[in-house]
Amino acid sequence: MGSATLWLAVLAGSAGCYAIKLAGLSVPDRILEHPRVRRVAAMLPVALLAALVAVQTFASGRELVLDARLAGVVVAMVAVRLRAPFLVVVLAATVTTAVLRL
Amino acid sequence: MRARSEVRLAMPSIDVSAPARRAIVRDAIGIGVATGAFGLSYGAIAVASGLSVIQTVALSLLMFTGASQFALAGVVGAGGGAFASAATAVLLGTRNALYGLQLSALLRARGPRRLLAAHLVIDESAAMAVAQHDPPRARVGFWATGVSVFVLWNLGSLIGAVGAGLLEDPNRFGLDVAGPAAFVALLAPRLRDRPTWIVAVLAAIAAIASVPFVPAGMPVLVAAGIAAVATFTRPATDPPAPEPPVADPPAHEPEAG
Repeated sequence: MGSATLWLAVLAGSAGCYAIKLAGLSVPDRILEHPRVRRVAAMLPVALLAALVAVQTFASGRELVLDARLAGVVVAMVAVRLRAPFLVVVLAATVTTAVLRL
Repeated sequence: MRARSEVRLAMPSIDVSAPARRAIVRDAIGIGVATGAFGLSYGAIAVASGLSVIQTVALSLLMFTGASQFALAGVVGAGGGAFASAATAVLLGTRNALYGLQLSALLRARGPRRLLAAHLVIDESAAMAVAQHDPPRARVGFWATGVSVFVLWNLGSLIGAVGAGLLEDPNRFGLDVAGPAAFVALLAPRLRDRPTWIVAVLAAIAAIASVPFVPAGMPVLVAAGIAAVATFTRPATDPPAPEPPVADPPAHEPEAG
């Protein structure tokens, strides 16, 4: 993406995120209290985060590849399981991948 | 009733004793420091993904919701376009609307104050507010945490972005795996029951399966769309009340800002 397109993403994404925050403080409770709407809103982050993990671990452009990233992500999962702090999780993953690329 | 809430708004801490307020502010600063460290990794990842230092910092100032910022950078890094990256960020931000719903009764913010409060609605400020015993303390918790996280998250982002900008090839140092590692850490506290696990696994499979067939960035949206439809059409059982994932302010893990 060129710089102008990136700025478009930054500004449009920021405007959208702000609109959602403001909507939560402003819209009548009954819309967001609908059980199905609540369920979708609770599940969306889970689906998005899981999809992001999968794509960023296996995708390279439009191809699926197995490389040093997978080892890093597995180490991150183990670190999370061991209740490591956030920065430790990220560092353990990056160090693992970097070492495998030496 | 309206008049009474207006008076409280003018002095958000009117009913909170000085020691109680100090304790809340101390917790808020602690959360801000943890989030600032988290901001370091965001700044580094965003620059490694191809955002400029200024764009990275602008996102922290303007978007100010960590998971969405990580997601936007991740989609950009994967070669996704403006629509896919912005849409992924906005969809991840939808949980902030539910926090706002819980907060609006506590904050009772109107006019310009509401516009400002909206920007500070994030995991941490919502968690701190709903963890307090009464609305006046909730307001102190919300504003103190929101401001503390805003300042330190932006500072951390700036330092991380400038630092990564100094590296010639960040991916040599494995920074391309920092994104998915961060998402693993953000996802884990949400995987509390079986239906959630099923959604996560199905979304991951749907995303991977669609990688060869749709443009970069879109597999994540495809997965989210499938998950949303599946969740929406499932017969209503027990609607999980979405709660901010930071439960205990003093002993919490940093979450998405």
